Amino acid sequence: MSGGAERRLPGHYLKSKEMYSLPGLVEYRPVARYLFSAGQAQSRFLDGLKEGKILGKRCPRCGRVYVPPRSYCEYCMAPTSEWVELPGTGEVHTAVVSYISTFRERMEKPEIVAVIKLDAPGYTKGGYEFAGLFHKLCNVEPEDVISGRAIGMRVKPRWRPPEERKGDVNDIECFEPVES
Amino acid sequence: MRPNIHVKNKVAVVGAGLTLFRRRMLETPRELAWEAASMALESAGLTLKDIDCIVIGTAPDAFDGVHLNGEYLADGAGGVNKPTVRVYVGGGTGVFVPIAAWWHVASGLCRTVLAVAEEKMSPAHPHPQGVFAYIWDPVLERPLGPNLIWIFALEMRRYMHKCGAKKEDIALVSVKNKANALDHPAAQAAAKITVEDVLNSEVLVWPVNRLDISPVSDGAAALVLASENEARRITDSPVWVEGVGFTLDNTHWYNRELGYPRYVQYAARMAYKMAGIERPWREIDVAEPYDPFDYKELHHIEGLMLARPCEAPKLLKEGHFNRDGDLPTSPSGGLLGVGNPIAAAGVMKVAELFWQLRYEAGARQVKKPVHRGVAQAWGDLMQAGTVIVLGN
Repeated sequence: MSGGAERRLPGHYLKSKEMYSLPGLVEYRPVARYLFSAGQAQSRFLDGLKEGKILGKRCPRCGRVYVPPRSYCEYCMAPTSEWVELPGTGEVHTAVVSYISTFRERMEKPEIVAVIKLDAPGYTKGGYEFAGLFHKLCNVEPEDVISGRAIGMRVKPRWRPPEERKGDVNDIECFEPVES
Repeated sequence: MRPNIHVKNKVAVVGAGLTLFRRRMLETPRELAWEAASMALESAGLTLKDIDCIVIGTAPDAFDGVHLNGEYLADGAGGVNKPTVRVYVGGGTGVFVPIAAWWHVASGLCRTVLAVAEEKMSPAHPHPQGVFAYIWDPVLERPLGPNLIWIFALEMRRYMHKCGAKKEDIALVSVKNKANALDHPAAQAAAKITVEDVLNSEVLVWPVNRLDISPVSDGAAALVLASENEARRITDSPVWVEGVGFTLDNTHWYNRELGYPRYVQYAARMAYKMAGIERPWREIDVAEPYDPFDYKELHHIEGLMLARPCEAPKLLKEGHFNRDGDLPTSPSGGLLGVGNPIAAAGVMKVAELFWQLRYEAGARQVKKPVHRGVAQAWGDLMQAGTVIVLGN
């Protein structure tokens, strides 16, 4: 075969309608339910969120600060014995405007989603790797993302009121610009 | 200078086969695997009894909708009662399949390997996007209701910011690859389009528009690899595997610089070292970097050290990566043009190098003389790099 160039390749293409009228077509919806434990390090982290704190773990050997916290250092394989409280502030590493939901439905109001590089005093390894979170942004307009104004912006967490916090990532409603 | 790497057998690719890549195919996953595998055997002039071992690649089971997907595919891939293994590193699987086949032969364990990759994304309906919901961390990510395109958009936005690249600079990749695919017989999304078409297509997650993304596909692809002795008996023009490399970073994709894929660079260094390549930007003649999104091709060209960080958009604009350019990239048409049946798409890229290095790519043959090519795939949560260097 000369790169398949002159040969018709095998396989039969179906149009959407043809697919739905195939003989013997079986529709199946898996039913699977899970209970996920957050583990040693993340459980403490989630308790911290409930108290309005962002907690990380420091590796005693290399000094890396992990947020989200890990029980062990990925580079040293040493236990990360020390908990540190971060100030919560940080800068937007990157941000985008989402017009679609998890299942690709069109959303009426777009969401701004970002990676936040958190301030971690004493973390000297920062550069390629950093302590950070994936979250939503508020008080930032799509135009700020498109123009680039939002990238590098100083932000802080907007906490839900203590009585509404449940010990999950949504205890932080979003990150918002520090000056607002 | 070639370092002294001890392998028992030198390994060559001696055959390749593909099915059509399409949005929905009638064939079952194992029928697709069988079609591609038979064609690869036929192109090498071999039959199944000439094959010692089988390597299968397929991405998450959830697409085909069958758990144990490797075992399910085994008969279609020729694996019944043979040493058969399935390998998996998400989107990086496609290039990992010939890498795994390489070590089966290089170690002396097998003389010939049939390497088969298959993916059928159409069973997940109405859209396979929902299947990606289960790759996220259940505790920290799923509660935010993420969409897979988010992370690509976040990475693309970071790359644009870091490199000062504009959306129109990046859209040129989609224009190039879809046009290249017009000459590919398996192609699903080949088209003559303009930068404006990309910019005017539906915005999914800014900066990602619909035409920045490869399509959802069904398809299969296969290769035959053989030890030097066998290869010289099978063909006058074996294509040698000169280097392989693979690396995995962690799943904490939001704990690292998204503007540069360090894990791809590490994998590339490993493969180049084995191949004795010191200046890849001069020593590689043709490349098939992984392009599920248009910016990803640029990102990966830089990770593969075929351009300096942030230099790829400029070289692209100058025509450097065109089929008649100095370093053609994705002359096949890539995932953007040929289609993206995940694991099969990576094998399709390696098959393209095989044909290019044998001067058998027909209308897709690059203009310059070719001695060495590199193919790469990427996968999982911005963490896997798989790289293979082939030479004639």
